[in-house]
Amino acid sequence: MRKRSLIPLIYILFLMLPIYWLVAMSFKSTQEILGGFSLFPQTWTLASYRTIFTDPTWYWGYLNSIAYVSLNTVISVTVALPAAYAFSRYRFLGDKQLFFWLLTNRMAPAAVFALPFFQLYQAMGIFDTYLAVALAHCLFNIPLAVWILEGFMGGVPKELDETAFVDGYSFPRFFVTVFLPTIKAGVGVAAFFCFMFSWVELLLAKTLTAVYAKPIAATMTRTASSAGYELGLLAAAGTLTIIPGAIVIWFVRNYIAKGFALGRV
Amino acid sequence: MRKVNHRGWFFVLPVLILVAFNALVPMMTVVNYSVQETFGDNVFFWQGLDWFQQILRSDRFHAALGRQFLFTGMILAIEVPLGVIIALAMPRQGFWVPVCLVTMALPMLIPWNVVGAMWNIFTLPDIGLLGYFLNHTLGINYDMTQDPVAAWATIIVMDVWHWTSLVVLLCYAGLVSIPDAYYQAAKIDGASNWSVFRYIQLPKMKQVLTIAVLLRFMDSFNIYTEPFVLTGGGPGNSTTLLSIDLVKIALGQFDLGPAAAMSLIYFAITLLVSWLFYTLMTRNDIR
Repeated sequence: MRKRSLIPLIYILFLMLPIYWLVAMSFKSTQEILGGFSLFPQTWTLASYRTIFTDPTWYWGYLNSIAYVSLNTVISVTVALPAAYAFSRYRFLGDKQLFFWLLTNRMAPAAVFALPFFQLYQAMGIFDTYLAVALAHCLFNIPLAVWILEGFMGGVPKELDETAFVDGYSFPRFFVTVFLPTIKAGVGVAAFFCFMFSWVELLLAKTLTAVYAKPIAATMTRTASSAGYELGLLAAAGTLTIIPGAIVIWFVRNYIAKGFALGRV
Repeated sequence: MRKVNHRGWFFVLPVLILVAFNALVPMMTVVNYSVQETFGDNVFFWQGLDWFQQILRSDRFHAALGRQFLFTGMILAIEVPLGVIIALAMPRQGFWVPVCLVTMALPMLIPWNVVGAMWNIFTLPDIGLLGYFLNHTLGINYDMTQDPVAAWATIIVMDVWHWTSLVVLLCYAGLVSIPDAYYQAAKIDGASNWSVFRYIQLPKMKQVLTIAVLLRFMDSFNIYTEPFVLTGGGPGNSTTLLSIDLVKIALGQFDLGPAAAMSLIYFAITLLVSWLFYTLMTRNDIR
């Protein structure tokens, strides 16, 4: 038993090494980084973090990312809830085909759509707004949310619905007061996944924004251009992008395995 | 059995509208480009299926497609068995479970270009942790900006680092759903570790493994940001995967017609393979 637990331990160590390196670099000055190899920062400096927190173009990047990611999560989960209910409870004309069609949108390479998306949102006059990115990310997040929620709802016995209707509940009241609390873990997991995929996506977010809604990940490309490669700044910005994900994951830690199985275990 | 109720359509309508808006309009634009030629100024000429023929016959497309299949094949061959092994060795209960799950999921929550940048810093030959270790401690001559083999090894290891946890978490979810009674029965029968794996654990993991393979196939086939940030498709064209090549044609050279045709062929391949997996998956769906 002892020997077996070595495997996850080594794996986690392997996962943490690049992250450690990123964090360590963020506390070094650029001179120290370029000056040579050192396992730990020789002189700890917060200069990179100070730049990020005092320069509006940097910290607005974070706020922008958080704004469109939250908007997208709310939209995706809200519209996915009734749809997932329909897929899990009713049979209707073309339901299987529709479900597969939804999934195909997870498969479309974002690179394929970058240019047409730009033209579409430009024509609609919402280019460079939070709404544009939030709507564009619906393309892959809604199918995922429907898929996860359908899995969780499938685990709720149909007798629950039937009893409630016999008891005289109207559908909206049943859905909000009885059904939603039963699948709240599923809702949490779906929201987590929408947050995650919207947070990590960059290609569309970058294509659909210029100044006002520019995500942090796109701001980071600045470090490479101006005064050479500002590795310390890049590392600090990178470290900060890990934090929101680490926070939200803590909330769903008990459901995360089931969530990754899309509720189908 | 589910009730037949066409009211279901009202429930899916908002989803339908939002996704169709995002999927169909850009798709029609791509189809439109793929059959026309332009010399600028928004003047377009009917081109028929010439672009498709040109792409399907071009060596450049074949090469990129070959690299793409090689990449996807390699990461699947590494991540799936590795994920199963790690999931089997994970603790089933206690304090360490949430710790393992959270730390393992962490790489998946990092923005993709940060993943690329992080591995770039990590593998710099003289000042990166891995680069320094390989070059100066082990004495291997490693520089992924010069050597195609090193570049390939780096993007594969990066993807293994990034996504193996997905397979682990899926398999783990399957494993914890096995009732203890199964293991007790196996013990009474004197089953070996291998038979427990083969006849109890593997069947239970079959469905989640199909999901894992499906997700990993779709995502690795569409991968763009991480290798682009890490290697930029180089050295030469050695790590130019399909998406990278597509963006080069579409935005670099602004050849919209060929790029659109290539997009559609690309999408069709992804769709076909994913449909095969999906059919396999739903066939095993008991519900």
